[in-house]
Amino acid sequence: MRHARARNWLPGLLLVAPSIILVAIFVYGLIGWNFKVALSDQHHDYDVGKFVGTENFSNIWDIRVWSSSVKNGLIFTLVFVGGALLLGFFLAFLMDKAIKGEGSFRAVYLFPMAISFVATGVVWKWLMASPHGKDASGLNRLFADLGLGSLQNDWYNSTTWTNMASLALPAVWQMSGYIMALFLAGFRGVPEELREAARVDGANEWKVYRYVVLPQLRPVLLTSVIILGHISLKIFDLVYSINGKSVNTEVPAIFMWQRVYDRGDAAIGATAGAYILLAVAVFVVPYLVWFVRSEKKR
Amino acid sequence: MRARWTAVVAVAAAGALALSACSSSKSNKPSGTSPGNNTGAVTDSKVEVFSWWTGGGEAAGLQALIADYKKKNPSVDFVNAAVAGGAGTNAKAVLKSRLQANTPPDSFQGHAGAELQDYIKANQVEPLDDFYKQQGLDKAFPQSLIDEISYKGHVYSVPANIHRANVLWFNPQVVQKAGISSPPTSVADFIADLDKVKQTQPDVLPISVGDQWTTEHLWETVMIGDLGADGWNALWKSGANWNDPKVTQAINDFKKIMTYVPSSSYAADWQTASKQVIDGKAAYNVMGDWAAGYFTSSVASGGLAKTAKTDFDWAAAPGTDGIYDWLSDSFTLAKGAPHPSAAKAWLAEIGSKDGQDIFNPIKGSIPARTDEDKSKYPGYLTWALDEWSKDKLVGSFYHGVVANNAWHNDIDNAEGQFLKDWNVSNFQKALVDAAQQDAE
Repeated sequence: MRHARARNWLPGLLLVAPSIILVAIFVYGLIGWNFKVALSDQHHDYDVGKFVGTENFSNIWDIRVWSSSVKNGLIFTLVFVGGALLLGFFLAFLMDKAIKGEGSFRAVYLFPMAISFVATGVVWKWLMASPHGKDASGLNRLFADLGLGSLQNDWYNSTTWTNMASLALPAVWQMSGYIMALFLAGFRGVPEELREAARVDGANEWKVYRYVVLPQLRPVLLTSVIILGHISLKIFDLVYSINGKSVNTEVPAIFMWQRVYDRGDAAIGATAGAYILLAVAVFVVPYLVWFVRSEKKR
Repeated sequence: MRARWTAVVAVAAAGALALSACSSSKSNKPSGTSPGNNTGAVTDSKVEVFSWWTGGGEAAGLQALIADYKKKNPSVDFVNAAVAGGAGTNAKAVLKSRLQANTPPDSFQGHAGAELQDYIKANQVEPLDDFYKQQGLDKAFPQSLIDEISYKGHVYSVPANIHRANVLWFNPQVVQKAGISSPPTSVADFIADLDKVKQTQPDVLPISVGDQWTTEHLWETVMIGDLGADGWNALWKSGANWNDPKVTQAINDFKKIMTYVPSSSYAADWQTASKQVIDGKAAYNVMGDWAAGYFTSSVASGGLAKTAKTDFDWAAAPGTDGIYDWLSDSFTLAKGAPHPSAAKAWLAEIGSKDGQDIFNPIKGSIPARTDEDKSKYPGYLTWALDEWSKDKLVGSFYHGVVANNAWHNDIDNAEGQFLKDWNVSNFQKALVDAAQQDAE
């Protein structure tokens, strides 16, 4: 009897055991290790690293570059998430109108997603070259040639918040096609009968979207925000390939890398890593809770 | 049923293999020979050398060195573990992981000077005092150089070359048009000359800069120009006075110079900034002498194939005539190196007269030794050699000679902030704080 029961669960368990073990070590084990270093005073490679409690978590805010990199990261997140959502939604809205050649449009909009952030960064670095006037190239040249010279700007070399907004542009370009695909699936998931019923009741096209389609897109919206949000908070490669280690555009992940590898301060680097993880968790945990709940309902 | 079980076993076995592969790296310990008292006989069959020389003259120079090494040590299999990335930014991260995992390469590259301190304190490199005596390197290198690269009286690396950081590059035609007959000899003169260029040729940038580190490089030379060799060297001793009004003056001068290049004109990297001088788009550029290599080397090897003195000209950076702001690529002997005798043969190759004369003309730098074959160093290098033999030496900040990694990083950050807010007193305060925290 017992033997028979083991036969039910044992093969399954054995099958997933390797991945459970690997995830336990390489994800949760290393997260634990990261926190251990963050709670130590291992500020040089040659330090042993004694436990010092949470002092790094408060001391890190005394480092000016950390606070400015957090601010940069937030501006980037706002522009990137907002921009990709709006553009993605707009594209999906157009697609939903059953235009001719929808398939090829969809492919075109989705293509950028296949490119790595590093490649995107290198190309946009040229597009967003900052010189104005005679030496202008890239977008500034385009503006000048179109007689829109006043639109020329310093892009990521600007010393105001627009530097991070410019860095978010390539990310918006890259990810909005994906968001479009998500929204389009959402639109298509709304039964045609519901729309027809609304039209019969006298709703115009705008009202159909506002009161019938949009309320049903909330799960899609949530998924999009989480996907974009966690990419944005961890962003490293795009920023690094466009503007290197410049303080002007430093984001938390670059700060973390510089602390550990350029400076050899593992403790503060791990603290920055812990904060990035916590910030991502703020996005992901509510989603998981919601996901588990809705699974249960089913 | 049986097939399913086999599959389960197979998957479990694969997982176990993956795990054991991850844990086996530590068992690869060195073979027990003590590198400290090795006297030269090469008993190893392999040597692994880690560097960031992957492109242009650097890679070609390294290849030439390797060829010569193989000729002298035919039984040794040379493993060139080079990681791409300017100034070693990526390579250092890779190296750090290897050192932490106790699988060091036999010898690795590092800027000579304080940049090596963390490796020394973490006990990751061997002292080379005996090796220096045995190879006669203690006599071959200038004493002031050996003093600068020693830590607590011991040397830990063999410098392969010397670069000069304080060079002012200029476009002779542009400068002539501006009515400037001779290169500026002080920072104040320089600012006046920048102004002349701006007045006469509004389309030309008086001075070009690239990304953030190139502005730090410029700041370093302005500091040396205003403080002089002794003033600069004193700043890097513990207890130095960064509140000195001369430092304030230098920061103000740097700020003034930077007003001649609007942030929209910052070039993407140092090559682009230096090329602006060649193209006549900028009058001046302050950059290390690797720019000469870039200007003169052939197009095929990534250079611009230009002629010294006609397409571009140079002088000591303003106010630094008679001062050599040097930096050097050097190689270490890693602690626990798996092949110490072959690694020492490599260090001997780098330190030897032959090795330095093979490598440096290709790399575009001068040898750290003083007994070089002068005929091998044409053009700019002739001038550099001459200056090296008579100038006062100061160590470069940006290129790792005078500041340890923490201090360097603090100044990087302070400088980056300054480029945003241009607040002189905040910048100086950050410099004072950095010196207090990090100097040793």
